[in-house]
Amino acid sequence: MKIVVCVKQVPDTEAEKRLLPDTLTVDRESSNPVLNEMDEFAIEEALKLTEAHGGEVVVLTMGPDGADAAVRKALSMGAHSGILLSDPALAGSDAVATSYAIAQALGTTEYDLVILGSEASDARTSLVPAMLAERLGLPQLTFASKVEIDGTSITVNRLTDYGHDVVQAQLPAVVSVVEKINEPRYPSFKGIMAAKKKPVAALDVAAAGIDAALVGQAAAATTVVDAAQRPPRSAGVKVTDEGDGGVKLAEFLSAQKFI
Amino acid sequence: MDHRLSEEYEALRATVEEFAHDVVAPKIGAFYEREEFPYEIVAQMGRMGLFGLPFPEEYGGMGGDYFALCLALEELARVDSSVAITLEAGVSLGAMPIHRFGTEEQKQQWLPKLCSGEMLGAFGLTEPGGGSDAGATRTTAVLAGDEWVINGTKCFITNSGTDITGLITVTAVTGSKPDGRKEISSIIVPAGTPGLTVAPKYSKVGWNASDTRELSFVDVRVPAANLLGERGRGYANFLRTLDEGRIAIAALSTGLSQGCVDESVKYAHDRQAFGHPIGANQAIQFKLADMRLRAHTSRLAYYDAASRMLTGEPFKAEAAMAKLYCSEAAVTNAREATQIHGGYGFMNEFPVARMWRDSKILEIGEGTSEVQRMLIARDMGLPEA
Ligand SMILES: Cc1cc2nc3c(=O)[nH]c(=O)nc-3n(C[C@H](O)[C@H](O)[C@H](O)COP(=O)(O)OP(=O)(O)OC[C@H]3O[C@@H](n4cnc5c(N)ncnc54)[C@H](O)[C@@H]3O)c2cc1C
Ligand SMILES: Cc1cc2nc3c(=O)[nH]c(=O)nc-3n(C[C@H](O)[C@H](O)[C@H](O)COP(=O)(O)OP(=O)(O)OC[C@H]3O[C@@H](n4cnc5c(N)ncnc54)[C@H](O)[C@@H]3O)c2cc1C
Repeated sequence: MKIVVCVKQVPDTEAEKRLLPDTLTVDRESSNPVLNEMDEFAIEEALKLTEAHGGEVVVLTMGPDGADAAVRKALSMGAHSGILLSDPALAGSDAVATSYAIAQALGTTEYDLVILGSEASDARTSLVPAMLAERLGLPQLTFASKVEIDGTSITVNRLTDYGHDVVQAQLPAVVSVVEKINEPRYPSFKGIMAAKKKPVAALDVAAAGIDAALVGQAAAATTVVDAAQRPPRSAGVKVTDEGDGGVKLAEFLSAQKFI
Repeated sequence: MDHRLSEEYEALRATVEEFAHDVVAPKIGAFYEREEFPYEIVAQMGRMGLFGLPFPEEYGGMGGDYFALCLALEELARVDSSVAITLEAGVSLGAMPIHRFGTEEQKQQWLPKLCSGEMLGAFGLTEPGGGSDAGATRTTAVLAGDEWVINGTKCFITNSGTDITGLITVTAVTGSKPDGRKEISSIIVPAGTPGLTVAPKYSKVGWNASDTRELSFVDVRVPAANLLGERGRGYANFLRTLDEGRIAIAALSTGLSQGCVDESVKYAHDRQAFGHPIGANQAIQFKLADMRLRAHTSRLAYYDAASRMLTGEPFKAEAAMAKLYCSEAAVTNAREATQIHGGYGFMNEFPVARMWRDSKILEIGEGTSEVQRMLIARDMGLPEA
């Protein structure tokens, strides 16, 4: 079985993020780039599946040249090879364009399963997995908290507000995973050393067969017109318990429409 | 001449940093307070391959080197010393003597489980009668047929009483040399061997989530084949073990020093007094500058000792200097960090309080500061009394 895991490099989740005042795009220079945390769960799931069923794991990322660090991290966790899709023409791509570009890049390889994170921690649209499945014409099994493969059929628990649905499809398919699904391994030193020798294919727009007019900032369906700082947190309400603390709490919660 | 980390060392360092921050930091305080050994954290360190770092892949190791181990120790100790010393003792005292002096059979038998962290090894040298004067060992081992019969007491032995302790290598007097001096050998004693009694945990000032025990040996019988290294080479062998271990303790001390800097810089930003953050006072800034200087110098000292060791050069004096400098710097940094934290620095729930309690042992374990000074002086060929 061959599994492609799509990973995104994002600004450090713990760092304060800001927009560049002139372009209104995320300031990616001011914080450390890291592998999107949710994507570590996608990699772990792919590794577990190939450990159980045999096969190989390919990691694919679309991003600037430095994004190969995200690929290396996935390789040091145990993925077998990587694809780095990078081209100045892709800069500023929105979710629609990102899904198109990834779909085209996937055309350069064979696979039985594509696994993604269910959300990137920077833009957080959660759109890419569903759009990608649609573009590839494959079944989409999103928000998976459990994945099982039996021959050519795949079954996932799809996380919902009320619990989970059990969803089944035939391979090949596109899956996005949630953090509940597993506990990602830390790369071992052996893995780190081995990652150096694993192949990473570089693709540009031409090699992936991407129409440059359909990607990049110019092609984005929406534009950010204005952005403002989030207002600072207000001080909150202090309730002094003079025997009626419970009632006051209830009144507060009810005024906020929590109860 | 370049002492900056290669890409692989840096990737390892960053991985352990992430693990220490995400897994160790949030959990360790509670274990420390309960004086409980953190089995699950140690198991995770095992799965990451930390216990196998300097060992070849054929024995289940990671194919790295001793410096890789030092980097991991530094990053762990930045957050907590109990888990760091568990790793340090497990690898450099528990597994390393077997790797370095063991027979092929002994390596096959013990290393894979030690490398995976499923099993911990311990090294028992210190006795109630003395640690610095290791030649004064009183524990005896007598060869009776095809078995060693061991009698004696060892004290302060790290990793010797956990549920996953697999073996304790002990030094024992096995006879006398032609010149009348004691013949000291090392012998592997599997945990649970009849006659070996593990005392309850000590009540310690620091390292409270690490396991330290007194061990008594009463007619403990192990196969003759459990002799580790040549008979009579025990003394020389553990000196080598301790030389290496000193670099590891230096790395661990550097981590503690750096952890004090990390915590104190944060606190100096947050804590307000007299209408501004305390970090705006030059008195605090200078403290922090000196603390950073100590952490930086410590790092250079242990990098240097480790690099000499890896290239096969003599490193005894450099290891002693690194151990001495780094441990004393750690004690100073911990004291200053506590001072910067004011009253909160005296509260156990603050990491710097734990670091303060954990720092003092660094000047004592694996050779006291006095012993290090003796070694450094001896290396200069000074006249003897
Ligand atoms: C300030 C800001 C401005 C933006 N401006 C625009 C705009 O003008 N117009 C617009 O339409 N959109 C805009 N976006 C959205 C942005 O372009 C999206 O980040 C991008 O399209 C991917 O969507 P996502 O990060 O939300 O991914 P999600 O859909 O949340 O990611 C889910 C999963 O998809 C995979 N994935 C996502 N991206 C990649 C990748 N590059 N390579 C490989 N796998 C990937 C990963 O597995 C990830 O876990 C903006 C976002 C921000 C924060
Ligand atoms: C938490 C903990 C964990 C430990 N783990 C282990 C372990 O895993 N294995 C192990 O074998 N040991 C272990 N030890 C023991 C440790 O290595 C010894 O405590 C240390 O070597 C000092 O020995 P001692 O306590 O007998 O002190 P002593 O040797 O009695 O020394 C007392 C004081 O006298 C000084 N002194 C001694 N001789 C001289 C001299 N010639 N000149 C000047 N000053 C001198 C010393 O520097 C020290 O200040 C551990 C100890 C602790 C507290």
